[in-house]
Amino acid sequence: MLPENSQYAIETRNLSIFYGNFEAVKNVNLQIEKQRITAIIGPSGCGKSTLLRAFNRMNDFVPSSHVKGEILLHGTNLYGKEIDPVEVRRKIGMVFQKPNPFPKSIYENIAWGARINGYKGNMDDLVEQSLRGAALWDEVKDKLKQSAYALSGGQQQRLCIARAIAVQPEIILMDEPASALDPISTLRIEELMQELKKNYTIIIVTHNMQQAARVSDYTAMMMLYEDTRSGTVIEYDKTEIIFTRPKDKRTEDYVTGRFG
Amino acid sequence: MTTPISSDLDLSTSLQQESWAAQLKRKLRPGEVMVESSLFIVGILTIFITLAITFVLGDQALLFFADPEVSLQEFFLTTSWQPQAEQFGIWALVSATLTTSAIAISVALPLGLSAAIYLSEYANPRARAILKPVLETLAGIPTVVYGYFALLFVSPLLRSLIGTDKLGVYNMLSAGLVMGIMILPLISSMSEDALSAVPNSLREGAYAMGATRLEVSTQVLVPAAFSGIGAAVIVGIARAVGETMIVAIASGAGPKFTFNPLDSAETMTGHIARISGGDLPYGTLDYTSLFAIALMLFLITLILNLISQWIIAKFREQYE
Repeated sequence: MLPENSQYAIETRNLSIFYGNFEAVKNVNLQIEKQRITAIIGPSGCGKSTLLRAFNRMNDFVPSSHVKGEILLHGTNLYGKEIDPVEVRRKIGMVFQKPNPFPKSIYENIAWGARINGYKGNMDDLVEQSLRGAALWDEVKDKLKQSAYALSGGQQQRLCIARAIAVQPEIILMDEPASALDPISTLRIEELMQELKKNYTIIIVTHNMQQAARVSDYTAMMMLYEDTRSGTVIEYDKTEIIFTRPKDKRTEDYVTGRFG
Repeated sequence: MTTPISSDLDLSTSLQQESWAAQLKRKLRPGEVMVESSLFIVGILTIFITLAITFVLGDQALLFFADPEVSLQEFFLTTSWQPQAEQFGIWALVSATLTTSAIAISVALPLGLSAAIYLSEYANPRARAILKPVLETLAGIPTVVYGYFALLFVSPLLRSLIGTDKLGVYNMLSAGLVMGIMILPLISSMSEDALSAVPNSLREGAYAMGATRLEVSTQVLVPAAFSGIGAAVIVGIARAVGETMIVAIASGAGPKFTFNPLDSAETMTGHIARISGGDLPYGTLDYTSLFAIALMLFLITLILNLISQWIIAKFREQYE
């Protein structure tokens, strides 16, 4: 067990996610590699976001949601009774589909998360470091006191990434982080992800097949069971295998654009 | 042979054109015109009523200020209001209005905002379904009931706590406290609306940073909803400034320049209510002085409304 735990950043074991009686995601077993980018792809409504949000317990905010099975971070089940979801989210950051900076200054957007997480060091340094880490520093260094809403959508999304890395998480979840952005901003986010994976493990949900092929090292293909409407991972492998010689016919049809 | 056919075609085309023009012709819609004009009249009416009130207030107040016994300087800069002695210093009344309103808002803001945060961020649907109507019931209690509640319950309670020698039966403290309870539902429901209007994406973003519910509520949502909460506070203050019955019953009769909550003093509204209740000869200085006070009240609430609009415009967040 132990060597396995050190090998993977996070893993799921027989993970099923329910909304009330409805089993939205069924029996997922994934081992996410450390400091790699893992993409979750699949047609709309197959539970990609639900699965992603299970990793940092964001589904807790949906009343009646619950899980069966385990998500293991360094061998600890994140859904154990004694686990504090607030602490889980401090270790596993998240970037959302639409940029959602706080209605605060650019500086405060970064500093706030660090402060509530008990950061005691030099805040100016941390803000600069985080903004540099998100490739945003040069664009905003002269207007740190300005509202984050003055930034463009792409800049706001990079600010949200900077905000996430300021609390130094182990894993960053990205829920279609570029789907609301123009192609140039998208490209910048994708380049940034390549930088980030030197220090972080990234799991990204994307609708964009080319994006998954471009940025990710591993890809999990999700699909719905026809009868129960539950989503599950049908194939999980290195990205080049998923996109060139997938084992499952449905994966091949999907990645080649024949359906979905 | 081709010509008639072609002329037939021309005819049918031009007929068709005519019928298109007829179809698209502007139609009379009497119902539409009626609704539009009655809405217009109603809109004009509200403006007219406001202007009429301002005119009556201004007209009578002008008579007051035109009197040789009264000077603007005395009105705005002195602190004794004794119509019998022909002393008209508005501050004797404004001080009590400000004191009771300040007490009211310092009760209603923390309680109302806490209630709003609880209802919007903490309460489960069942607790909400019970608590919200209960809170709203507070808004439905007649102010005369609040007034006697202040005089017959709160005031004796405070006197037994503070000491009957220090606190009289009539005092601004109990009137202000009860007024705070009265405006609490207003503040809480307006603040709750403002908090609920904050997009969920901000909540998610904050929680995803590892923030606790309290951190999210107080450090992200309240600042984000600041314009709405600020407006709620201003509307609450305006409500307290204009409130009459509670202060008329519980804070005492007799103008007095004081900011001490333990004192008894008469507010602007309380004074108008008491004096206009008596048989006041039309056209006397006493009579017109009431209009001058009313004009002051009108100005204060107008200024508060302007501040509230300014706050809403200045601090409104664009969440996109």
